[in-house]
Amino acid sequence: MMAKPAATAEQAEVLETHAPAPAGPVKKLGGPAIWFDERIGLAKLGKASLRKVFPDHWSFLLGEIALYSFIVLLLTGLFLTIWFKPSMGEVEYHGSYQLMRGLAMSQAFESTLQISFDVRGGMLVRQIHHWAAILFMAAMTAHMLRVFFTGAFRKPRELNWLIGVGLLSLGMIAGMTGYSLPDDLLSGTGLRFTDGAIRAVPIVGTWVEFFIFDGEFPGDAIIARFYMAHILLLPAILLGLIAAHMALVVYHKHTQFPGPGRTEKNVVGYPLFPVYAAKAGGFFFIVFGVLILMGATMSINQVWLYGPYNPAQVTAGSQPDWYMGWVEGAVRIMPGWESHWGPTTWSWNVFVPFAILMGIFYTALGIWPFVESWLTGDKRPHHILDRPRNAPTRTALGVAGMTFYGLLWAGGGNDILATQFSLSLNSVTWFLRFAVFVGPVIAFLVTKRMCLSLQRADRERVLHGSESGILVRSQIGGYSEPHVPISVDEAFTLTQHRQYTPLEATPTEDEHGVKLKGPGTVSGLRAKLSAWYSGYDVAKPTAAQIAESHHHGDEDTPALPH
Amino acid sequence: MRSGSSRRRHKAARPFAVALALVLMGALYAVLSPATQVAADTGMSAQVAEGKGLFQVTCSSCHGLNGEGSSQGPSLIGVGAASVDFQMSTNRMPMARPGQQAPRRPVTYTAEEIAAIAAFVQSLGPGPAIPPSSAYDASNLDAEAIARGGELFRSNCSACHQAAASGGALPNGKYAPSLHGVEPLHIYEAMRTGPQQMPVFSAGAIPDEDVASIIGYLKELEQQPSAGFSLGGLGPVTEGFFGWVVGIGGLCLVAVWIASRGARAK
Repeated sequence: MMAKPAATAEQAEVLETHAPAPAGPVKKLGGPAIWFDERIGLAKLGKASLRKVFPDHWSFLLGEIALYSFIVLLLTGLFLTIWFKPSMGEVEYHGSYQLMRGLAMSQAFESTLQISFDVRGGMLVRQIHHWAAILFMAAMTAHMLRVFFTGAFRKPRELNWLIGVGLLSLGMIAGMTGYSLPDDLLSGTGLRFTDGAIRAVPIVGTWVEFFIFDGEFPGDAIIARFYMAHILLLPAILLGLIAAHMALVVYHKHTQFPGPGRTEKNVVGYPLFPVYAAKAGGFFFIVFGVLILMGATMSINQVWLYGPYNPAQVTAGSQPDWYMGWVEGAVRIMPGWESHWGPTTWSWNVFVPFAILMGIFYTALGIWPFVESWLTGDKRPHHILDRPRNAPTRTALGVAGMTFYGLLWAGGGNDILATQFSLSLNSVTWFLRFAVFVGPVIAFLVTKRMCLSLQRADRERVLHGSESGILVRSQIGGYSEPHVPISVDEAFTLTQHRQYTPLEATPTEDEHGVKLKGPGTVSGLRAKLSAWYSGYDVAKPTAAQIAESHHHGDEDTPALPH
Repeated sequence: MRSGSSRRRHKAARPFAVALALVLMGALYAVLSPATQVAADTGMSAQVAEGKGLFQVTCSSCHGLNGEGSSQGPSLIGVGAASVDFQMSTNRMPMARPGQQAPRRPVTYTAEEIAAIAAFVQSLGPGPAIPPSSAYDASNLDAEAIARGGELFRSNCSACHQAAASGGALPNGKYAPSLHGVEPLHIYEAMRTGPQQMPVFSAGAIPDEDVASIIGYLKELEQQPSAGFSLGGLGPVTEGFFGWVVGIGGLCLVAVWIASRGARAK
């Protein structure tokens, strides 16, 4: 009876990957397989990949949600291109939606209405496509958080992390271009936002704006240009990056959570064929099914409510899709600062929250693996994942980043928050102006303390065992709860991780006064940051302490009076 | 001619001519005179008197005994019967409690009571009268006129009331309310009187037939089916919320289930 056992990795059966006997072409399969084997070496290919082992954990499936959403996006997108007309040429609407009858609109918007109302299944596919885009970005974000908090970006996977950051930012641009294509009032307003953000970039902004829009906003080229980017350029780059991303996963082998039998040199899990193929294949159909359900039952982007784009109109509640929401929020809560120097205007109110903020955010994401390795001085490869508590500063930084992001996110919907929760729009904005700076600091401190407390609890658990759940009353009326020792497997899981000693500063000059520089030297600043990063860990129990505690435990359990 | 002159000398000719002249003049007056007073003339003073009594009980603590206004509420001289009808028929007035804005609530006054107070306020000074239903009747509009109403709505109203008329935020806790389920009469009155934060859209800016088009569009919009659950009709914020909760949340549950199943049944 162990109350609250610590969550350790499941003790899955270790499956040895046996190499099949070196025989000729596959014998059981008939003619076609042999035909292919003789031409493209199918058997060799299959031998290598079919036995590839993947570990099991629910969070490893987040990336798969993103992959499957992308496949759904390609399939539904293909359907939509059959009818969509990427033209800003003006037409008069005579389709079946009566409330737009006779209105002047672009061909892009007219064909969007046609897909929605006149093409069989068009509305469903449009909605699936949009939900898949929402899910694609959300799954990539969740997957990235999983990779971050478990340290799966460490050597040798830094390049794959960078590819992931590239996928995330390109996915955002792909979503933004797709959002603009229907040419409804909302997408046009979003485009106007993008236009303003580009224009706010000092010196080159206006030039870039004219280059992208082929003149003044909105011009008559942008839909066709975005269409090219949205259906050709970006999907091609995304596809290539996804292929590289997955090839690297296969090459590096998948990471695994710590547990008995799991080492840096093996992977414990199920082989690709048949178990993992069935799981992953089944999951594809589930993701597809959930997206179809969402498309069928939940309305999304009802463009006919917004009407055709007209630069003179802006509707209340104009918002970007969620992945641009945090940038929208930053722009909304930024004070309206602007400088006029000579003939130039510097729009800090847009440039800072848009270009600078996004630049800092994606740069910080991209360089993090290298920063962390610089802080810890750790150059070893890692295939066993961290439990987030065992990297407290990283975990705290991650939660601080999420808090920052979340508060900006709330800023992007400040009007919805105000109307739905009867708040003052101004109060929400002013609160967020301070909270985006204070909130992450609080989140950092709280998370770090929680991680250290969890480390302490792990240490206690290893040394003193688990609560037995049995209360013993002594003859003199005292109560106590005897502890029972935890299993060896659990003790291993709780103590297998490596703890870092902060880097020590090395002398800056040798005995001749010559400045020392080189890969082995550690500056004073780096030593300080290293101590800040990994100097607070609760020391995990040593083998001697564990042995001693077991001995100690034998004596005083149960705590009966003498 | 002869028969005509004999008719002229008929003894009934004079009274008949007078009656004819009166009818002609009356008809001419009815056609040409501005229809400022819609409420029936008969019993008008009684209605005003009743309205004054009600006004002094329900409105005067803020608007003053004679509608002259106080530190608690604005003067009602010249706001017109339409304003009173809008505020009281949606039960924004009397206000339940002081606040940035009076919300729409289920009506508690009878139509007669509201009409009496409206007549009293109208008697304080001329203002927009309660319009006849012909002024905002949208039942005979064709599809083009309704689509035009949609364009007018998006150009003039959606900046505050949102494109789907779901409402939107204004500074300092004020808001533009949702227009779903609002009576056509009240939409007309709101445009002409500019209640609370709303600007006045006068007949010179938006003539009656355009108001009717806007009303027609809004009423048609309410009839339109949504492509699935509307998720509040609030746009991308709620869509993103549901995408995370239903999409990621639901699929995470499935992922936990998949990962907990081994190759062999346990």
